[in-house]
Amino acid sequence: MSTASKQAPRAEADAPARPRRASRALRTPGGLSVRLDVRALTVVVVLLAAALGAGVLLIGTGEFPISTGDVVKTLLGDGNPGQELVVTDMRLPRVLVALLVGASLGLGGALFQALSRNPLGSPDILGLSQGATAGALVVIVLVSGDARQVTLGALAGGLATGLAIYLLAWKRGVHGYRLVLVGIGMSAIMTAVNGYLLTKADMVDAARAVVWMTGSLSGRDWAQVWPLLALCAVLVPLVLGNGRALRMMEMGDDVSYALGVRVERVRLLLMLAAVLLTAAATAAAGPVSFVALTAPQLARRLTRSPGPNLLPSLCMGATLLVTADWTSQRVFGADQLAVGVVTGVLGGVYLLWLLVTERRAGRI
Amino acid sequence: MSAGSGLASEAIHGPINRRSTVNRLSADNVTLAYDQRVIAEQLSVEIPDHSFTVIVGPNACGKSTLLRALSRMLKPAEGRVLLDGKAIQSMPPKKVARTLGLLPQSSIAPDGITVADLVGRGRYPHQGILRQWSAEDERVVRESMEQTGVAELADRYVDELSGGQRQRVWIAMALAQQTPLLLLDEPTTYLDIQHQIDVLDLCAELHEEQGRTLVAVLHDLNHAARYATHLIALRDGRVVAEGAPGDVVTAALVEEVFGLRCQVIDDPETGTPLVVPAARKARVKAAVTEAS
Repeated sequence: MSTASKQAPRAEADAPARPRRASRALRTPGGLSVRLDVRALTVVVVLLAAALGAGVLLIGTGEFPISTGDVVKTLLGDGNPGQELVVTDMRLPRVLVALLVGASLGLGGALFQALSRNPLGSPDILGLSQGATAGALVVIVLVSGDARQVTLGALAGGLATGLAIYLLAWKRGVHGYRLVLVGIGMSAIMTAVNGYLLTKADMVDAARAVVWMTGSLSGRDWAQVWPLLALCAVLVPLVLGNGRALRMMEMGDDVSYALGVRVERVRLLLMLAAVLLTAAATAAAGPVSFVALTAPQLARRLTRSPGPNLLPSLCMGATLLVTADWTSQRVFGADQLAVGVVTGVLGGVYLLWLLVTERRAGRI
Repeated sequence: MSAGSGLASEAIHGPINRRSTVNRLSADNVTLAYDQRVIAEQLSVEIPDHSFTVIVGPNACGKSTLLRALSRMLKPAEGRVLLDGKAIQSMPPKKVARTLGLLPQSSIAPDGITVADLVGRGRYPHQGILRQWSAEDERVVRESMEQTGVAELADRYVDELSGGQRQRVWIAMALAQQTPLLLLDEPTTYLDIQHQIDVLDLCAELHEEQGRTLVAVLHDLNHAARYATHLIALRDGRVVAEGAPGDVVTAALVEEVFGLRCQVIDDPETGTPLVVPAARKARVKAAVTEAS
């Protein structure tokens, strides 16, 4: 049944007897209606709560442990000056960067997987992370640039790689398999470039490069938060606004075209958004592996709903990254192990599990 | 009836307009090409309103290409496709999608989607960000599923269905679009004979009972002759003949279009033309006499 509001008797009368499954429609008398997938909404709320909860725990973790109660109190502007310094100036920006990077990777991954109609079509595998790394390494190794320049280099590298993939894969429209294959080729080239750059580096630069390449959140401050937040504030609404068109595009270009979707335009716009999100996230935290690959797949299994699952993937990405960072700090001690290692291990195991179960299901 | 006047040469020039009014959908002098490969040049076709038009022709004659152009999936290199008097390429896509539906050959059912959800996606051109799922959407989806006989499958997953059922679901999705014009690209391919007839019966029903204009590309000439009210025969990107099947389908035309010797007899069931290919020996003999 449709949960039409009481003021809409017409809608009530027209509603079918058979209850609809998970999705419900909210309708107003003015003819406005919003479709809600109850399960997906629950997943989003739970994941958000988990991400924020893990964030609070993460703030409390470190060389000066702070109790959860005190963290919350300080965040609400009610803590003592000492705690305020640690929480607001040192640890909050790191957690915010983790949340934003995770969210960007989750959303970017969901977009790429939906556009390529392939779970392997995620930025890690398409070579975007490697491209961003190449950009960062060029700055570190060749010009010994500072952190800000490294960030810009990574951003430029990611965008250039994204553009190259799009142009190489374009032939009367971009199609899933070609995108994945071109991306894998690109990834191989970029990995080779990165290996070459590392051999050219002296010891200090090489050490710095390797730390950057693992993907780490340590030492992130407000300077990383603001640009990422601004980018997300623009791109997330833009992407979600095109989510319905993307949902149609799952059924193939012909069907979505027949339904009135401007296929090529939506695809270009969403790919650009996905490249920007991934490049910015990589620039901020290094190439944190596997979040973009796993978050959409995990989100999809939780919501059990077809479609690109954009918002659940975003929340899943944020939750995964914050949880992974908390885990690494908790288990290995503060800043001993970069978050990229944890996501790599978790993601790798997950990918194997995915391949094994998909093979059992007869799909691969 | 095979003595009808539908000799190819008569029908080449200009479409037969049985109505004095202008038809809603037509191709006006279009040149169709993929990159540099030209499929058809200066092709003009009128789709009579309220007809069940079937496009036939040998492989690679351009029939699917023509259908793609009519549904604005392929932009003509020259000429225009007109929908309600306007160039279809310049109209807003959602507006076109509310007038003209298309069932393409290749469509992908997303993993884990139910029948009702897939059919519901046909409502996309009627929806917007603030009008995502109206009571009207709900009603149309239910009716589309009932019309195509898939209402009891509503909660099943599309991947679980048989080929015939799946094709009905896709047709239901196209119906949910509520378009007065519906284009179908080889809707019977990959189906066994029973389901082919089943889908064609459904098409005939949609045409007769609701007055929709249907345009289909079909491989089987006998199916075309039985179900079409208007037939367009293509060869090498040209219209060789068009008109009612009873007038158009003659032994001479089949030989001209398909290069096949045959007899055309009355279908014992429906009285429509039935193409019976000549026996192999007869064809060989004919070829020999021709050669000598």
